[in-house]
Amino acid sequence: MDAILIQLLNGLDKGAAYALIALGLTLVFGTLGIVNFAHGALFMLGAFCAVSFQQLLTISVKVVDPSITFFTAYKTQPYLEIWFGDVGLMMIDYAVPLSILMAIPVMLIIGLMIERGLIRHFYKRSHAEQILVTFGLAIVIQEVIRHFFGANPMPTPAPDIVSSSAQVGAWLGLSENLVYPWWRLIYLAFSALVIVSVFAFLQLTTFGMIVRAGMFDRQMVGFLGINVQRKFTIVFAIATVVAGLAGVMYAPILPPDYHMGMDFLVLSFVVVVVGGMGSLGGAVAAGFLLGIVQSFASMTVVNELIPGIDQVIIYLVAVIILLTRPRGLMGRQGVMED
Amino acid sequence: MHIKQKRSDLLVMSLFTIIVLSMPVWLDPVGANYPDLLQKFVIFGIFAIGYNILFGLTGYLSFGHAIFLGVGSYAAVWSFKLLSMNAVPAVIFATLLAGVVAALVGYVSLRRSGIYFSILTLAFAQMFYNLAYSVLTPITNGETGLQLSLDDPRVIDRLVSSAGEGLPVPELFGISMSGYSGFYFCAVMLIMAFFLSLKIFNSPFGLKLKAIKSNQHRMKYTGYNTRPYLLSAFIISGMFAGLAGGLMAVTDPLAGAERMQWTASGEVVLMTILGGIGTLYGPLLGVGIIKYLENIFSAINEASLQSFFSFMPHWLNEMMVMLVSPFVGEGWQLTLGLMFMLIVIFLPGGITEGFQKIKTKLTTNQKIQQGDE
Repeated sequence: MDAILIQLLNGLDKGAAYALIALGLTLVFGTLGIVNFAHGALFMLGAFCAVSFQQLLTISVKVVDPSITFFTAYKTQPYLEIWFGDVGLMMIDYAVPLSILMAIPVMLIIGLMIERGLIRHFYKRSHAEQILVTFGLAIVIQEVIRHFFGANPMPTPAPDIVSSSAQVGAWLGLSENLVYPWWRLIYLAFSALVIVSVFAFLQLTTFGMIVRAGMFDRQMVGFLGINVQRKFTIVFAIATVVAGLAGVMYAPILPPDYHMGMDFLVLSFVVVVVGGMGSLGGAVAAGFLLGIVQSFASMTVVNELIPGIDQVIIYLVAVIILLTRPRGLMGRQGVMED
Repeated sequence: MHIKQKRSDLLVMSLFTIIVLSMPVWLDPVGANYPDLLQKFVIFGIFAIGYNILFGLTGYLSFGHAIFLGVGSYAAVWSFKLLSMNAVPAVIFATLLAGVVAALVGYVSLRRSGIYFSILTLAFAQMFYNLAYSVLTPITNGETGLQLSLDDPRVIDRLVSSAGEGLPVPELFGISMSGYSGFYFCAVMLIMAFFLSLKIFNSPFGLKLKAIKSNQHRMKYTGYNTRPYLLSAFIISGMFAGLAGGLMAVTDPLAGAERMQWTASGEVVLMTILGGIGTLYGPLLGVGIIKYLENIFSAINEASLQSFFSFMPHWLNEMMVMLVSPFVGEGWQLTLGLMFMLIVIFLPGGITEGFQKIKTKLTTNQKIQQGDE
């Protein structure tokens, strides 16, 4: 029972990241019709927003260490601590959540730049060319990050207060041994919040209504005198922000390195096709589903039964679904079919 | 007509043979005449030619060809370990096994087309890569990579001679396959591969593949079942990749799983696109350019940049070094990515298309001038 609950949480957690990335991917795909291979790189950029924000906060200066009196010793002290004292230290501690404030505008601008500068020239080109140019873009983003941050993973700790584990077992009246890292629970809640707000935005606002109408029949919306193009530019920026936020909050779970985007990209594409191309609900559902499937497959019991299944299960599921249900779980008719 | 075609084929082939075999001569002035690089040119040339048969002719964008490269390498190394250090069985083994794997992957992936096909091949690439690192470790030796060792059985070699001292090297009936002899062996393979590709391009089969690219529906309406043709193209290009992988193992007998990562397939896509997809020579051109530039760019470091710009005043020198250094050495991948993006944006047909454009421009200019007179 405990093991199952833990795996369920693990799966939901992994699924939360998959769902967030796949959501952005589907949003871009459903509206702009662009297959964006640079989406994983945007996720990675988000994670590096957290890294750079933390580095920014901890810019330090060498000061005399008063605790050592035998000789003049120096220690490094962040400027924030010197200026604000304990408040400054707390800000450093909370660097990751605070970096969201920086990530949103930064990712928004990056998204607008990519769409205006590159993607919009590719609406009328073939999907293969879209894949190729965004693949090139992903390489470029990745190498720029490597140039500035190096090739090693950058550990970005979560705030101290949530670095321990939550007594999940005790809450549910189960075993005391059942604990789960706080930050992962927060990630789960955070992604749920982001997903809900994206859906609310699309369902409840006029802007969202136009976007949904545009996804359904772009030409007709254009005939009604609405500049769909402009709306879609903003949709691309929103998708970028969603990917970025997924990355920011993921930084404490997995120390970001420059190629984490490529690793997540394949997974998120698999999630998108399993969910059904162009279906937002499908992307989210498939994200969580595949996360759970993967974490159950990595249980030792299952692994002893079929060795290596944890490594391939997601792809296997994707292959089977693509062959038996060509439109994915919740895909609409006529999306990307030739 | 038929005879004319044959004659031009013969001409092309003899020209190509001369060009490939004389590579050490004409690459000498540009500083690319050493066996390692020459081998790379030729091996990736085979890989790209094969990839072009699928992507160039049918338009199916596969991200899974690194699988076959990896399978070919593993098969060749296993042939060295179990059978003989002779390169011939290794290469045959590599090609055949890659063909079998390609048949499996292709059979499943080709049930879908367009982006779904790309994603299916992507999924297979990840699957094979992950498996090579985990469950298949007895076959692939995981992260360390598959290497030769002293106590390998090498059944056929043992029949002829006893185990010698030290690790044996791959050979071709006594000729060691390192250095220039390795290059010539690969070059002969490349010439054969090119000949096959030329034949396919000019054959009814190649024509059908091109028809699939231009309009698969119409092709189907005319009564053709397209899938067997697609699958054959997939298997052939997989076998080319397997051959390339086998040759990699022949020139350097070890095989690692990183060869199978999907981004490695991305590299061959880059080369094919850069040169010109769907053309006979384009992929080779792309390989040549990318591997040559890689060789030059990754060797440059800040010190060499400083001496390169040393004729400038000091502050300008420093500025230039600062501007250029992110793009060389470790940053070669950045240059590659940028170059690739520029090509896809401005010249989707690759360098071959660029040549064509210049040519038509020149000829039209001439015509205009003639009109003026």
